[in-house]
Amino acid sequence: MRIQFRLNGRPVAVDVPPGRRLLDLLREDLGLIGTKEGCGEGECGACTVVVDGKPRLACLTAAVQVEGKDVLTIEGLSEAGQLDPLQEAFIETAGVQCGFCTPGLVMAAYALLRENPRPTRDEVRAYLSGNLCRCTGYAQVVEAVLRAAEKACPR
Amino acid sequence: MARVKAPVEEAEQVVGKAAPRLDAEAKVRGQARYADDLSFPGMLYGKAIRSDRPHARILRLDLSQVAAHPKVACVVTPKDIPGENVVPIIYRDMPLLANGVVRYVGEPIALLAAETREAAVEAAALAQVAYEDLPAVFDPLEATRPGAPQVAVPAAAEGGNVFNHMVIRKGDVERGFAEADVVVAGEYRVGYQEHAYLEPQGVIAVPEDSGITVYGTLQCPFYVQNAVAAVMGFPLAKVRIVQTATGGGFGGKEDVPSHLAAMAAVLAWKAGRPVKLVLPRDEDIATTSKRHPGLVRYRTGAKRDGTLTAVEVEFYYNAGAYQTLSSAVLWRGLIHAAGPYRIPHVKVDGYSVATNTVPCGAFRGFGSPQVIFAHESQMDELARELGMDPLVLRHKNALRVGDETATGQRLTESVGLPEAIGRARELSHWDELQDEVAAFNAQERFRRRGLGASTVMYGVGMGAKAPLLDKAGAYLKLEADGSVTLAVGTTEMGQGAQTVLAQIAAEGLGVPLASVQVAPVDTSRVPDSGPTVASRTTTVQGMAVLDAAEKLRARIVGAAMEMLGCPKVVPGDGRFHDARDPTRSVSLAEIARWMWAHNWDMAASGWAEARPVDWDAKTGLGNAYFVYAYACHIAEVEVDLLTGETRVTRFWAVHDSGKIVNPETARGQVIGGIAQGIGYALMEELPAEGGRILYPTFTAYHIPTAMDMPDEFVVEFVEASYSGGPFGAKGLGEVPLMASHAAVANAISAATGTRLRAYPATPERVLDLIGRGA
Repeated sequence: MRIQFRLNGRPVAVDVPPGRRLLDLLREDLGLIGTKEGCGEGECGACTVVVDGKPRLACLTAAVQVEGKDVLTIEGLSEAGQLDPLQEAFIETAGVQCGFCTPGLVMAAYALLRENPRPTRDEVRAYLSGNLCRCTGYAQVVEAVLRAAEKACPR
Repeated sequence: MARVKAPVEEAEQVVGKAAPRLDAEAKVRGQARYADDLSFPGMLYGKAIRSDRPHARILRLDLSQVAAHPKVACVVTPKDIPGENVVPIIYRDMPLLANGVVRYVGEPIALLAAETREAAVEAAALAQVAYEDLPAVFDPLEATRPGAPQVAVPAAAEGGNVFNHMVIRKGDVERGFAEADVVVAGEYRVGYQEHAYLEPQGVIAVPEDSGITVYGTLQCPFYVQNAVAAVMGFPLAKVRIVQTATGGGFGGKEDVPSHLAAMAAVLAWKAGRPVKLVLPRDEDIATTSKRHPGLVRYRTGAKRDGTLTAVEVEFYYNAGAYQTLSSAVLWRGLIHAAGPYRIPHVKVDGYSVATNTVPCGAFRGFGSPQVIFAHESQMDELARELGMDPLVLRHKNALRVGDETATGQRLTESVGLPEAIGRARELSHWDELQDEVAAFNAQERFRRRGLGASTVMYGVGMGAKAPLLDKAGAYLKLEADGSVTLAVGTTEMGQGAQTVLAQIAAEGLGVPLASVQVAPVDTSRVPDSGPTVASRTTTVQGMAVLDAAEKLRARIVGAAMEMLGCPKVVPGDGRFHDARDPTRSVSLAEIARWMWAHNWDMAASGWAEARPVDWDAKTGLGNAYFVYAYACHIAEVEVDLLTGETRVTRFWAVHDSGKIVNPETARGQVIGGIAQGIGYALMEELPAEGGRILYPTFTAYHIPTAMDMPDEFVVEFVEASYSGGPFGAKGLGEVPLMASHAAVANAISAATGTRLRAYPATPERVLDLIGRGA
């Protein structure tokens, strides 16, 4: 079936079979490989994208569910070439190791800062607890999010 | 002989600085290309048809329906393998595809390639396999008994199902126990630990240029090259392996990619098209390597003043159905069994045993965490018996320069352990902390806090078990515009190797880090550099990079001197200055252009091999590793007495890995290793029954989330310089995991008042400890 939605700020119209996952639509049909598949069952968070401002797992979301919505992927975060402050902070704090969970973590953190621009350390940890990372132990990831929040709205 | 190189004379500029990772920007932009992100024209999707029996003869294999599936391009059985049906690792017992007999659930029997991922899954389900079940055995102790089903391929085993039995015999352990005033003994058990790298296993084989190129997420490209060549019957020169961005390894991508790449290569060759083979998470967990489950028995003796007199160890590792890396894993466990302590009398017996289970392999720590859980528990049990502070007991017995290890190796330099213990004590305010915890426990009815410490040593590099692999090549090219391309043979899998090696290159060349670009690892670029394992990359690969840098630098300096007409130049601010008149200088770009215009050789290759090691298998004595890294960790936990839930609340980690090349990536390695250790000690459990992993999913297998981490971390390095490493560096990667779980285990034992003797300390197990302690 044909669906229309906004992807990284631009209108998109595509034909998708009803059962197709948003993840496959993004990665295979539209070539946006920044969104990752880590488990395919909604446990790891590597496929997190932002739909209408909320974090969504692209592996558990049917493509047809984003009809009429606004979808933001990691590619859309720095589309003009300029890194988002969150991306800059991940680089600065070494919150990136293997990087496979990074797009999902950055998108989850982006949704968090939209909801709560100045989260506490514990709020960041709780919000990101659906995103698994096996490399970093999360400390430098949490520091990155706090640093980006501080930069965006200094106290 | 290994050559020893002195660090360059000039003041360090790049090494020791917290430079941002070279790969970070591509990764935060989502532009890094991992295995499943690559596609090739005409690409097919491969799939293995796997055994669902733990031990059986294959009576009939009917793939007619598979082949008849409209989207299936080809099927492969053992007779389609152009070369040998073997995945050569240390031994040659493991076939690529089962040869008439399956020995574990998940063993590949046949392969198919289809036009789509979905069709490959559908078609695999159409295979008809008739089995005759054979008696199976799953427990390593049962497998060693007379009359047990024969699992091990006899040529790969020392006897029966015992793949390997290794020993250390130092001094006279009975005399040592006779001299002891206190002896403690215990048995400790651990289960599987799954790597849970976030990127699943994946490769793409592409037939091209009359050979095969394999792209994949992998740690050890030269292992893969060797396996693909064997299976294809090709000369090595016709097999090229290119590493994609790799989403975590931790040992899980040491040997397994050899098997996957060889499967994909055979499929691609037969189909004449590229074949992608990416494992779904459940297949990855169920059929690829993990940390060996172990049963470990210890007896440790000490004098009244805490001086250790003897240790006796017996341990069994469940290797699974084939050898893969088990002999090397067992050896590391053996050498590390006595811990980082001075002990005159040591007796160790380690066994790796074949069972009808998935082959276990490499996982960060490589056979040492199992025995470390035991030896660090023993130290706390001794401390309790002696009425001594556990840190004091450790410090008293800690190895120092001049001491002998358990294998009789005299340590001649770079032993930072006593200092690390002292620093951990200071940073944690150990004495005040004890009082704080006691006060908390006196006040709380349903919560208990506990403190635990651990100390470890880690033999850097392959050691005397595999000295032929401890080498590395590097290639450095000055481009005509002054930028620098570095090619190496060891891989970036998240640990930060690329950045650290570029820092070493920049420092060695005297150029800014920003000018260095690291090329993707490709077996055609540098000689066989051994595997990316054993925390050896910074040390051994780093020395090869430095070797290349020194050669190229001599030419850059020579060119600069000719250009400036002066006898000596010094680097600074990305330029080379006349030593007599620093206002006269040339930029690296100008030098490069000049070298290009004068037809100078603008590239240099570098080589390094580790310093020599030796070991006698009969006595277990010798110089096992060229150098050791050390750590002391302290954990504070809080146990809920009603639910049995345990949280690690605070953590202190002090490491001696020699010179730290990049403090920020090193800190990340330490905290990430602590997280994996917390998972190992507290929550990671993968139950199996009848040789079958019951729940191969992240829903059932829990690794730590951001919520499971300590609220507070302190990480510090004491840098005991090693003269054989670049700028004094040793290895780091594995050490934090090795130390962390044991500190957590000791903290739980302290909080509950009962000794934890099995991992993981799930709420059920902790409630049981509390019940027994009450």
